[in-house]
Amino acid sequence: MTDTQPWADEIFDVLKQADVRQVAYVPDAGHIRLIERSQNDPTLKTIALTTEEEGIGIIAGAWLGGERGVLLMQSSGVGNCINMLSMIQECRFPFLTLVTMRGQWGEFNPWQVPMGQGTKPVLENMGIIVQPVDTADTLAETVDAAAHLAFDAYRAVAVLISQRIIGFKNWGDDQP
Amino acid sequence: MTSRRDITLDRRAVVARILRDRGDALLVTGLGSTTWDAAAAGDHANNFYLWGAMGSAAMVGLGLALAQPQRRVLVITGDGEQLMGLGGIATIAVQRPPNLSLVVIDNESYGETGMQDTHTKHGVDLAGIATAAGFAHSTTVYNDDELEASVSVIYQQTGPIFTAVKVTTTPVATVLPPRDGPYLKNRFRQSLLGNKATGAC
Repeated sequence: MTDTQPWADEIFDVLKQADVRQVAYVPDAGHIRLIERSQNDPTLKTIALTTEEEGIGIIAGAWLGGERGVLLMQSSGVGNCINMLSMIQECRFPFLTLVTMRGQWGEFNPWQVPMGQGTKPVLENMGIIVQPVDTADTLAETVDAAAHLAFDAYRAVAVLISQRIIGFKNWGDDQP
Repeated sequence: MTSRRDITLDRRAVVARILRDRGDALLVTGLGSTTWDAAAAGDHANNFYLWGAMGSAAMVGLGLALAQPQRRVLVITGDGEQLMGLGGIATIAVQRPPNLSLVVIDNESYGETGMQDTHTKHGVDLAGIATAAGFAHSTTVYNDDELEASVSVIYQQTGPIFTAVKVTTTPVATVLPPRDGPYLKNRFRQSLLGNKATGAC
């Protein structure tokens, strides 16, 4: 999967350019390359979470301390964050999250579909600006624009990375 | 499970005692009683009070501690608030921030909803959980002598440090600090970062 994610290297460069210093994440196949790049950069602090909602507090705390952060998660994790996003909206914390989608494009696992389909409305209902991306060639520029919107205009922004870009999970040919 | 001991400490006196030695430490409080306790001890620009987002106080402290490694960061929250973010104890232990102290004011009750029991009332040992997760120091405080000994640890020892302080359920007055989120955020950043806080050139 790592070799098939050149877009992840482009996103990494964008995040570096935006002076992001804290990268909070729950391990995810779609973000595997970006997480590895972040872990290998000694100027970045990578924070593995037990659940995505922890990342909301960390990003808020980072901003209080003068640092920019990003939260990497899968669409299922968005559901875990809902109440914590109250803090982002109420305090108008700059917030950037990159969400890899499931339950959206060519999904095999029916249990991923409800939260995948709910991701965009849930985020919008909590005051987050949502920018879906369907093709790899516009991904880096969208993340770049989202970073400006977040950190320069003090807004909360989620970039949704389509399953169409990530490639859907191969379950093999022997499934029922 | 920890052994049960008599609980006699007053939450307001405990928080006031801890904050008396704060120096330039940065403070994050959890929603409800610990926010009122900190307000009662005296409002301060270096305080960031949570009025919601239950379970996130320690995580706000972690992000802040990572961003400000030269400053001591203190989180004071309640047992109910911390129980809602138990996984965060593991996340902090893995990050091992040397400048982070997490203090749980443990009255074994949900104070804002009618004093229902929390799990600590039934033996769940938060300090034991922090020890097992890998905190550098972890203790439970039951009396003034133990509190005095813990204050220097909270501010001076290499973290992460966990301190549970068992306090009574004796009612105390509600003291409200400012609650407007943008004000609290910007006041804190202005105090810590100066003009860098606003991006003004």
